[in-house]
Amino acid sequence: MSKLRIALLAVLVVLVGLPVAAVAQAQEVVVYSARNEHLIRPVFEAYTRETGVQVTFVTDREGPLLQRLKSEGRNTRADLLLTVDAGNLWHAAQEGLLQPVDSAVLAANIPEHLRDPDNQWFGLSLRARTIVYSPERVNPEELSTYAALGEPQWKGRLLLRTSQKVYNQSLVAMLIAERGVEEAEKIVRSWVDNLAAPPFANDNAVMEAIAAGQGDVGIVNTYYLGRLLRDNPDLPVALFWADQEESGVHVNVSGAGVTRHARNPEGAIKLLEWMSSEAAQNLFVDANREYPVNPVVTPHPDVAAWGPFKQNPINVARAGELQTQAIMLMDRAGYR
Amino acid sequence: MSDNKVSPTSIGPRRAPVKGVRTGPFQLRFWDGWRLFTLAVALLVLVSLGVVCFSWLTPPAEIWQHLRQTLLARLLLNTLWLVLGVGVLTLVLGVSLAWLTATCEFPGRRFFSWSLLLPLAMPTYVLAFVFVGLLDFAGPVQTLWREWFGRAAWFPPIRSTPGVIIVMSLALYPYVYLLAKNAFQTQGRRAMEAAESLGCGSWEGFFRVALPMARPWIAGGVLLALMEALADFGAVSIFNYETFTTAIYKAWFGFFSLTTAAQLASLLVLLVFILIVVEQRLRARRRFSTARSSAHITRLTLRGWRAWAAAGFAGAVLLIAFGIPVFQLGVWTLSSFAAEFNVRYFALLGRSVALGLGAAVLICSTALVLSYAARRHSDTFTHGLVRVANLGYALPGAVLAVGIFIPMAALDNLLINFGETLFGWRLRPLLQGTVIIMLLAYLVRFLAPGFKPVDGAMHRVTPSIDEAARLSGLRGVALLGRIHLPMLRGGLLTAATIVFVDVMKEMPITLMTRPFGWETLAVKIFELTAEGEWERAALPAVALVVAGLVPIILFMRHSER
Repeated sequence: MSKLRIALLAVLVVLVGLPVAAVAQAQEVVVYSARNEHLIRPVFEAYTRETGVQVTFVTDREGPLLQRLKSEGRNTRADLLLTVDAGNLWHAAQEGLLQPVDSAVLAANIPEHLRDPDNQWFGLSLRARTIVYSPERVNPEELSTYAALGEPQWKGRLLLRTSQKVYNQSLVAMLIAERGVEEAEKIVRSWVDNLAAPPFANDNAVMEAIAAGQGDVGIVNTYYLGRLLRDNPDLPVALFWADQEESGVHVNVSGAGVTRHARNPEGAIKLLEWMSSEAAQNLFVDANREYPVNPVVTPHPDVAAWGPFKQNPINVARAGELQTQAIMLMDRAGYR
Repeated sequence: MSDNKVSPTSIGPRRAPVKGVRTGPFQLRFWDGWRLFTLAVALLVLVSLGVVCFSWLTPPAEIWQHLRQTLLARLLLNTLWLVLGVGVLTLVLGVSLAWLTATCEFPGRRFFSWSLLLPLAMPTYVLAFVFVGLLDFAGPVQTLWREWFGRAAWFPPIRSTPGVIIVMSLALYPYVYLLAKNAFQTQGRRAMEAAESLGCGSWEGFFRVALPMARPWIAGGVLLALMEALADFGAVSIFNYETFTTAIYKAWFGFFSLTTAAQLASLLVLLVFILIVVEQRLRARRRFSTARSSAHITRLTLRGWRAWAAAGFAGAVLLIAFGIPVFQLGVWTLSSFAAEFNVRYFALLGRSVALGLGAAVLICSTALVLSYAARRHSDTFTHGLVRVANLGYALPGAVLAVGIFIPMAALDNLLINFGETLFGWRLRPLLQGTVIIMLLAYLVRFLAPGFKPVDGAMHRVTPSIDEAARLSGLRGVALLGRIHLPMLRGGLLTAATIVFVDVMKEMPITLMTRPFGWETLAVKIFELTAEGEWERAALPAVALVVAGLVPIILFMRHSER
């Protein structure tokens, strides 16, 4: 037999043999997750211990995950898409990557403004973005709303994270939803005027700079403060609930939806329902110091210590719809 | 290329015309194995780039309008500063250090000669977060500064254009250093001695003789550093410095327009293509021929203050680019070790090393074949293919990852649908999430840093060497094994070292193409730094640096002999 024939035969064997070996099994649930591995692995492991169902997952940024789902089309292995920020979930739904889920359990466990009106995705943890300040140099009575951080008294005292981060894009999107583009742009411009330093790469840097005295007030997600305080309880940074006299603190979610071409949609829904349940919610949020979405679950004691607060009741899906406008607005306002 | 007749050397300086010469069992036909292989590699790269460039089939969206009105001017200016700054600084650092360690004798030369390469193991994003952590307002240095000189004392801001340029250059100068040192060592002191005998001082000799002779290698090194700087996302986002890459990410992750992102990225490809052509113009029409092995070097012994200045300079660069960052990472690692370390780290390390090794073998052999192909076929077509094959390094990793992923997913879908309609199988994707795909993706991305040193070494194999070997009866595999490989060994080792370290550091492609549950050290660093947990990221960063050091030290030992 010539070498060529042997080679052809080998190719044939591979082409026929591989597919047979790769025929899918139904039991496992496959998850694409933009939530970090060290936060999500314990949750999935607990689920497997409890139900025996294997959860297979891969982590990446949201953009590549959505693109991956799209390119794979109906042959994707993913049953569940898990990501942070409602904007990303909204886009996934918009691109037709998710399917509606009719579940009484999810409807009962998750408040209406934290899930998709069409039931394509569901919030699983709540993230509040609010004001932090230096208790040494700021009297909390001086603070009131996000918009008020643009007032002249905060000139050279405000610190922000970069506008590249989706958390700030969603915050500005909510400002647009409430006050319209023009007024929102005025507010963002006034923030930029008040900056004490160029915007930082992350929320931790904002709070460390407040502690070091580079600025006095900033806007961050509460769980970053929770994690910093866990490691360094004496950090001179305190939390203020913004907009309590008005519509409430801007909240966002990390959440999930069942993919349109899921092979195991029942398994995905069961996992989703379990993650929203009382038993799992603390598991899901404690490691990251977030708030549970399920209102009957009490948050971690460190988080509960910040006291109750009024949430902005606008559906978080609006953040997705208005994200493009928000980014353009921040670019125009010179918020880097 | 129009000057084909004048200079058949459009890829490298000493490309010999081998038309009509028959080496080994292969006949020089138009479609011989060399050229077919080159075509295959170029096609692989072209398909990935094609996905990016075909974005122009969709007309530019309103996002373009917006970017043009608000950001584009600043982005271009920032990118220009970055290219200029990193270009000049890596050139100055790399060439001066290479010159000192290759041709001069001063205290500590042997040590610096290999240790100056260590920063190669330090990913740019790691160096960035270390320096921002150390030198920003809240960091220990400025805190101490304020304690000494009062709150209002001025301190140069690290998050600034000079800050980005300096930090990035410290991470990237080893590319220039490595290639330039190779060149200086090869030319030896002979040329300089000749120049001095003609009345040139040592400064003049350096600028008029040694530097021009080493130009192709230096240009190659700077080009690698610039491509790396243009494609970088991790470091610039830590500095919140807006470049072309950050705009690409904004278009994609912010505006959810992969089309706009790809359009921007294709402009970047164009820019790099221009850089490559300029680099080749710089080298063209020159023939360099002296080839002396490093054993023949007699070094110029520096004395007095010169000796100490040389040692001080090399020491300072090493300290800033490697010593201080490693110390800081060590401190962070100690504080987070108990919380962060577990047995899984060995698996992460193992996968990183395995990927690096696999990619190094694949890319070095590919680079070797391409280099031979370009040597055998001195026509524009083959050289064009080789040039295209090198373009993948220019693209930001995430964009390239998409460019690779989309066609592979399409192929998978084809196979799956085929299996279903023909045999009724319900299949899993066969290609996605396999290590083969990862390796092919790395090949597309890292062929350039592998090809440059191999191709550089290939220039030393002059046609007269082949002739001589053939006269003594060596041909085919024997010629390759007994004459070529020993001469190419240095270049191959350089290439393998760079690729191994680069692949271990790489994040976006690894994230997107890896099999389920396949974490590596770089993935771990990504997960932790994405949420600003720099201290916890120190442990995987240290592991990555240490794993990268081993081949670098082995390689330098080898080349020092």
